Amino acid sequence: MKSELMLKEEAKAKVILPEPVVSYIESCRQKSRPESHLISVLHKVQEHFGYLAKEHMDAVSILMQIPTAKVTGVASFYHYFNFTPRGKHRISICLGTACFVKGAGKVLDRLKELLAIDVGQTTVDRQFSIDVARCVGACALAPVMLVDDKVYAEVKPDQVAKILGEYGFDAKKAAGK
Amino acid sequence: MTTEKKITLWVDGVKVTVPDKSTIMQAADSININVPRLCYHPDLSTIGACRVCVVEVEGQRNPVASCCFPVTEGMKVKTSSPLLRRLRRDVVELILDNHPMDCQTCVRNGSCELQKLAFDLGVRERLFQGERKRFAIDKSSPVHRNPEKCILCGRCVRVCDEVQGVHNLNLQHRGFHNVVAPAHELKMIDSVCIHCGQCVNVCPTAAFVEQDATEKVFEALSDPTKHVVVHTAPAIRATIGEGFGYEPGTPVAGKLVTALRMAGFHKVFDTNFGADLTIIEESSEFIHRIQKKENLPLITSCSPGWVNFMERFYPELIPLTSTCKSPMSMLSTLLKTFYAEKMGLDPKDIFVVAVMPCTAKKFEAARAEHLSPSGQPYTDAVLTTRELIWMFKCLGIDFRDLADGSYDSPLGVSSGAADIFGATGGVMEAALRTAYEKITGKELESLDFNEVRGVEGVKEMSLQIDGMTVNIGVANGLQNAKNLLDRVASGEKQYHIIEIMACPGGCVAGGGQPYPPRGMHVLDPNLARMRAKALYSIDHEKSLRKSHENPAIESLYEEFLGAPNSHRCHELLHTHYQPKCPRGVK
Repeated sequence: MKSELMLKEEAKAKVILPEPVVSYIESCRQKSRPESHLISVLHKVQEHFGYLAKEHMDAVSILMQIPTAKVTGVASFYHYFNFTPRGKHRISICLGTACFVKGAGKVLDRLKELLAIDVGQTTVDRQFSIDVARCVGACALAPVMLVDDKVYAEVKPDQVAKILGEYGFDAKKAAGK
Repeated sequence: MTTEKKITLWVDGVKVTVPDKSTIMQAADSININVPRLCYHPDLSTIGACRVCVVEVEGQRNPVASCCFPVTEGMKVKTSSPLLRRLRRDVVELILDNHPMDCQTCVRNGSCELQKLAFDLGVRERLFQGERKRFAIDKSSPVHRNPEKCILCGRCVRVCDEVQGVHNLNLQHRGFHNVVAPAHELKMIDSVCIHCGQCVNVCPTAAFVEQDATEKVFEALSDPTKHVVVHTAPAIRATIGEGFGYEPGTPVAGKLVTALRMAGFHKVFDTNFGADLTIIEESSEFIHRIQKKENLPLITSCSPGWVNFMERFYPELIPLTSTCKSPMSMLSTLLKTFYAEKMGLDPKDIFVVAVMPCTAKKFEAARAEHLSPSGQPYTDAVLTTRELIWMFKCLGIDFRDLADGSYDSPLGVSSGAADIFGATGGVMEAALRTAYEKITGKELESLDFNEVRGVEGVKEMSLQIDGMTVNIGVANGLQNAKNLLDRVASGEKQYHIIEIMACPGGCVAGGGQPYPPRGMHVLDPNLARMRAKALYSIDHEKSLRKSHENPAIESLYEEFLGAPNSHRCHELLHTHYQPKCPRGVK
């Protein structure tokens, strides 16, 4: 029997997570070894919010009845999960072998300089975030940069500003000024 | 009956027969070959993380970790070879190269497993020095966390989860950033940590240590305006001798008292007095509840680790938990009220030191509920057994050669029922001795309740009291407590009274107790058993064995408190609890 306090906590957690994730967790809890579905639950949460916030992980912990330290331990182990909100436009720069030898590092440097953020971060105006990809399977087009789902091939550092311009980049706004 | 399957193998040319599914390490242990080891702990799950225990197995391309490699029929194992010695030495050296070089100023100097291993394995020079991980030290709670000294063996993670059911600690991040920390890397004080200190006990290095109170105590002792009094918990007399080379389970109360006087304490009292008082208050609380048939089962509240656990994990049990303060807090309160009045002292000038087997007692002493109306703590400093051992050494007190002293009156007079508080089942036994006689008005034939003695995780018994069957439950180690409480919640078990101690084995194996001597390990049931035996022998030898017959307690009620559970008692000797956030996941 669940205590009143426990039911209250659960109700709070259910408000934080979107309904499909809540019902997915409930279906997982019917299965044997429900804790083994933690990663897929975290994927769904990140898919919805674009990142994992403290309150999202706390809610997952309560609804799945997995200790929070374990939830954050799993989430922080995998590079795929990120803990800051992503930008409206998600930029991925491939640092796989082919892209790297063709100068992707320099493209990334230019990107970081223009947006004034590091890998894994988001601009203050929440328009752009940078992630690093490990080979997107288009080595012939190296170096490759993705903005959302669009692929940019053979990118040179001095083309970065123009590409960002297509998405309404404004250096001042990006820096929150 | 099926006979157990046996496996025969050769370890260093010696034929060994062990049960099926044994590990190579167990096979080697059985013929006294102690393969060097670090992350391995016999009472926790095996993870094979450190690779110090590597051995060579014929037919295996690479050396294997003996702690988790199962034996097979006819296996040929080599536990020592030039290759293995080099590998083990290099593994330990690589760990050291990611470790601060401050052994001489470290609190684990001399008791550190890594230091000992580095010596044993022959690390004499540093070949791989380079970049070192850097982390902040978390001193927010009585349990200090220093990730720079952490070697990622994961023992703390396992004890916190498997033994205590708290799972506050987990490995976070990966690679060079891999760190043992609470969820979201919260400070320990903001996490679901219950401050039991079992992570301190199992840690091979100083990655987890208790908050230091020795400096504060030395300062008070040299302050001429302070009247410094000390009281020692029941379990200390059974363990402090270990710090001076005594066998575990050697009772040394007399020497302890003498040493404390030599250290400069003005009065040496006994937490036992508080324990007797707890029994009077708790048994009358129990009698009241059982007669009214409300708020049952009554759950004991002496163990501060358990209280913290209850508030975070089982807040629904708050109404069932005894409102009695712990023996430490009861006695400390009396020292700044009753004793101060009697001695004509201003409570502000009294400095109360409690010697406890426990890190959670440091937390308890600082709780807002345990402050005086003027906002001062009743207990000014809590020393663990380990800290007091160090203080005696620092003062050059030759503990082994001391004559026996005795505790000061009246707050040092106690019954045998109080001594056994330090062992799992002891609080229950003490309470039953008093409750039985108070309810029935008859004398007990035997004072020994053997059913609740012993180091088993969960113990039960039923007792006929005045035609009523009283069901009794005892649990030690919080994972065991969880199992017991879940059976209560499901309706499978109906108890009238439950004793819970947070640490496995009770206070004798508390989070502030001495690191075990050679050949024994933390969580070793034998160690807890030996230490508990000392307490039962003290109890057995006393003529005063029931709390309600303690004359000093009787006169305290007459002079100062009134009747048990009176208004004054409630004001001074009882407390209250609150659900705490973040909630723990059971």
